[in-house]
Amino acid sequence: MADDKNRMGKVMNEQEKFEKRKKITKYVLITISVLFVFFMLVMPLFCIVSSSLKQGLGFYFKSVSSKYVVSALKVTLFATVIAVVINTFFGLCAAWVTTKFSFKGKQVLATLIDIPFSISPVIVGLAFLMTFGRLGWFYPVIRWFNSVFGANVRIAFAIPGVVLATIFVTFPFVSREIIPVLNAQGKDEEEAAALMGAGGFKIFFKITFPQIKWALIYGIILCTSRALGEFGAVNALSKTRGETFTLPLEIDALYMSGTENSITAAFAASSILVIIAVVVLVLRNILEYRAKKKGQEQAAS
Amino acid sequence: MEETVKLKKAKKTRVIPGFKLTMGITVTMLSLIVLIPLASVMVYSLKLPPSEFIKLITKQNVVYAFTTSIVCSFIAAVINVIFGVILAWTLVKYDFPGKRILDGFIELPFALPTAVAGITLSKMYSDTGILGKPLAAIGIKVSYTHLGIIVALIFIGIPFVVRNVQPVLEKLDGQYEEAAYILGASPSKTFFKVILPELRPAILTGFGLAFARGIGEYGSVIYISGNSAKEHTQVVSYVIMQKLSYIDYASATAIALVMLVISFLLLFAINVIQMKQAKRTNNI
Amino acid sequence: MYVEMKNIYKQYGDFRASDNVSFGIEKGKLVALLGPSGSGKTTLLRMIAGLETPNAGDIFIDGKRVNDIPASKRGIGFVFQSYALFRYMTVYDNVAFGLELQKVPKAEIKERVMKLLEITGLSGMEKRYPNQLSGGQRQRVAFARALAPNPQVLLLDEPFAAIDAKVRSELRLWLRSMVTQLGITSIFVTHDQDEAVEVADEIIITNHGKIEQMGTPSQIYKSPDTPFVAQFIGRPSEVHNYDTLNGFDKIEGADKAVIRPEFVKISKFGKLDRYMSAAETGIVEDVVFRGNRLDVTIDVHGIKITGEWSLEKDSLEIGEKVNLLIYRIYVMDDTKAYLCENKEMQEDDVFYI
Repeated sequence: MADDKNRMGKVMNEQEKFEKRKKITKYVLITISVLFVFFMLVMPLFCIVSSSLKQGLGFYFKSVSSKYVVSALKVTLFATVIAVVINTFFGLCAAWVTTKFSFKGKQVLATLIDIPFSISPVIVGLAFLMTFGRLGWFYPVIRWFNSVFGANVRIAFAIPGVVLATIFVTFPFVSREIIPVLNAQGKDEEEAAALMGAGGFKIFFKITFPQIKWALIYGIILCTSRALGEFGAVNALSKTRGETFTLPLEIDALYMSGTENSITAAFAASSILVIIAVVVLVLRNILEYRAKKKGQEQAAS
Repeated sequence: MEETVKLKKAKKTRVIPGFKLTMGITVTMLSLIVLIPLASVMVYSLKLPPSEFIKLITKQNVVYAFTTSIVCSFIAAVINVIFGVILAWTLVKYDFPGKRILDGFIELPFALPTAVAGITLSKMYSDTGILGKPLAAIGIKVSYTHLGIIVALIFIGIPFVVRNVQPVLEKLDGQYEEAAYILGASPSKTFFKVILPELRPAILTGFGLAFARGIGEYGSVIYISGNSAKEHTQVVSYVIMQKLSYIDYASATAIALVMLVISFLLLFAINVIQMKQAKRTNNI
Repeated sequence: MYVEMKNIYKQYGDFRASDNVSFGIEKGKLVALLGPSGSGKTTLLRMIAGLETPNAGDIFIDGKRVNDIPASKRGIGFVFQSYALFRYMTVYDNVAFGLELQKVPKAEIKERVMKLLEITGLSGMEKRYPNQLSGGQRQRVAFARALAPNPQVLLLDEPFAAIDAKVRSELRLWLRSMVTQLGITSIFVTHDQDEAVEVADEIIITNHGKIEQMGTPSQIYKSPDTPFVAQFIGRPSEVHNYDTLNGFDKIEGADKAVIRPEFVKISKFGKLDRYMSAAETGIVEDVVFRGNRLDVTIDVHGIKITGEWSLEKDSLEIGEKVNLLIYRIYVMDDTKAYLCENKEMQEDDVFYI
């Protein structure tokens, strides 16, 4: 009996020790995580805000409404809207073709669509230069077009180049959000509708669209935020401040001027993009939370 | 004989409409926007005579830039794997106040424009910055050194690891750990022998993505790196941009081609890992 | 023949899913395509529907060759294994979908949908969404949706696979009475022989892309044509040296046989009243409780035979010696199965299937 009790005590002790160690691990890991996120991610955010307000609110508003910043903001918004529209259209087509049909080379197509993710933005800029710039094979075509029609179309170092680069870097954003959703839902519903004689657009709008609505919105949000912030690719293709500069390029120019004032102005201009980034993060969390809750509801039913 | 009946190729049945239309649009847009421009770079750089090509990419500052980019990205990716797994673990396994905010912040590097991240990090870690000042006091210089490049690449790469590991951890059944525990495995043994192997494909994918992103990174790195040829703090993308502004297209495309090859190899490796993972999870 | 397949071949890469398949189905019949997974049964169903195209061969529906007619114009109602209900539409909209596509006037649609919901027992559920229904209700919606446009042929892919065992048997009877009542030609795919036997008028057994046998459930049950069918139907035990059993002779070229539990009568040792000369002696090797009976495995000089034992009788112990009367067996060579009666106990037959 006594022996038994002793052993029980020992087991309890070990159990307690185990629990205690588990608890210590927990707090150590949480502390590491919180510190990492604080120093690596939260502090930069504070730093931007404090730097942009360093010379007072008056200076802040003067900076964000300067001629160059306003022009850059216009260019940025223009390129973003076009990129989002085109990539949404492309994303829907690509998602439809890769999830609703089986064909040879599907894996290859899916990989090709994802290429822009893994390519340095600087190379993107270079690629458009080598296509549409003076040395590019398309340059003679543009010259011919301009001489025949008396037009003055330019792509490299002009707005179209900026737009193209923006489309390139955000190319797979929408399709990547929709494809997993469509894969998870299968194609039975579309097949059933087609069997009954429904046409492509009817199937898409009545059956597929409601399934991908939130993923699509999320994809568009991501696409927008990336398009607004693209720097490297545009940098190679845009040289004229106040005309073809996007907001990140304007920030770069201000920062590189190096004076105290211009650096503060750079951070002020950055704050516009930061606000958008924070909004995107909040929306992302709301959408994700919704999706999770919905998933749980469906699992429960 | 029945066995020798010659079979015609069956017409593919596609009940769902829109195959030709969406395939056409997808392939056309992909070609116009992505493939043709990339091909232009390749064609142009392959037009260079091989000896010239080799000479351009073996110039000392180019080799240094490649070394800097690859080594720094690798170190940053390793650090990201360590912290990424800890973060994912904390976010999945524990409950604590502020967890959702922490979770939300992970995505900040994706949402923040790279140039903004770049100037901010550079300022923060400069000798007068909030973090740079105390660090300088104990003799650690961050901005304008290799350490600075690594810090920027950690910032840019952390979401890749966390977001790849997190869902796998979430799916990992608690029963799995319990089974190992009942069999008498200690928690650390359980983690290293049971959980880590399960996470390996996700970790490798996250590592690969962070590494690939790091090698090509431009905006967030160029301000903090200092771009000194003497101190080897130039990264590859900076060198390409520099060649571009000198209108030295030959060098720019030659370096770009090498980088493209590296990216494609990494992309291929990631795809192989992901396909293997999909196969394994489908078989269960 | 109302639905007819003629010399159908279907190849997926190296895998031949249909290998010279031909069969015909009469109007109004309810037919089961039965076979193990990978035997090509679902492929056949999908080819009839037009979801797949055969590499060779012709498909006829109501005397018309439909190979080149798109799926949506074949007059087919299809119930998917997953039901494929439109999850963002109500029950009403799901059932009305096909009719709306045919541009049927609204009032008529309403009338038809309501009637279908009534006969499928779903009245009052028209405003619900699929995820608010039980498995059985979802299946009924899928059924009503397939029937709404008045198809000539109803095709069902594993219609009961996703349903709890208890509801399943109810639904089988329901489906059977529904199809008989409507008189619509129906084909369903299943891997469950009980389901096929219980529901179908006729069964087509598939294996390795070929048709093994087609017939009514009792034909299939009583006289299996091929070794595969003999081994697939019922709960057979496979036997090798069948000629060493009392009352059975070796048939040239056939060295395997199957014995079903219902072909065997087990008696306590020495308690057999007749046909002692036809009986065998064996040792009880295993007893398994099956709810309404016991399954008893008996070792007869090395041959393992499973029979049934009523719970009403005195129980059997493992190791106990028993008498065993085998009425009949199916002897098989490579391509055919033959029925062999116990020759020691002719004339006075005591067993009826």
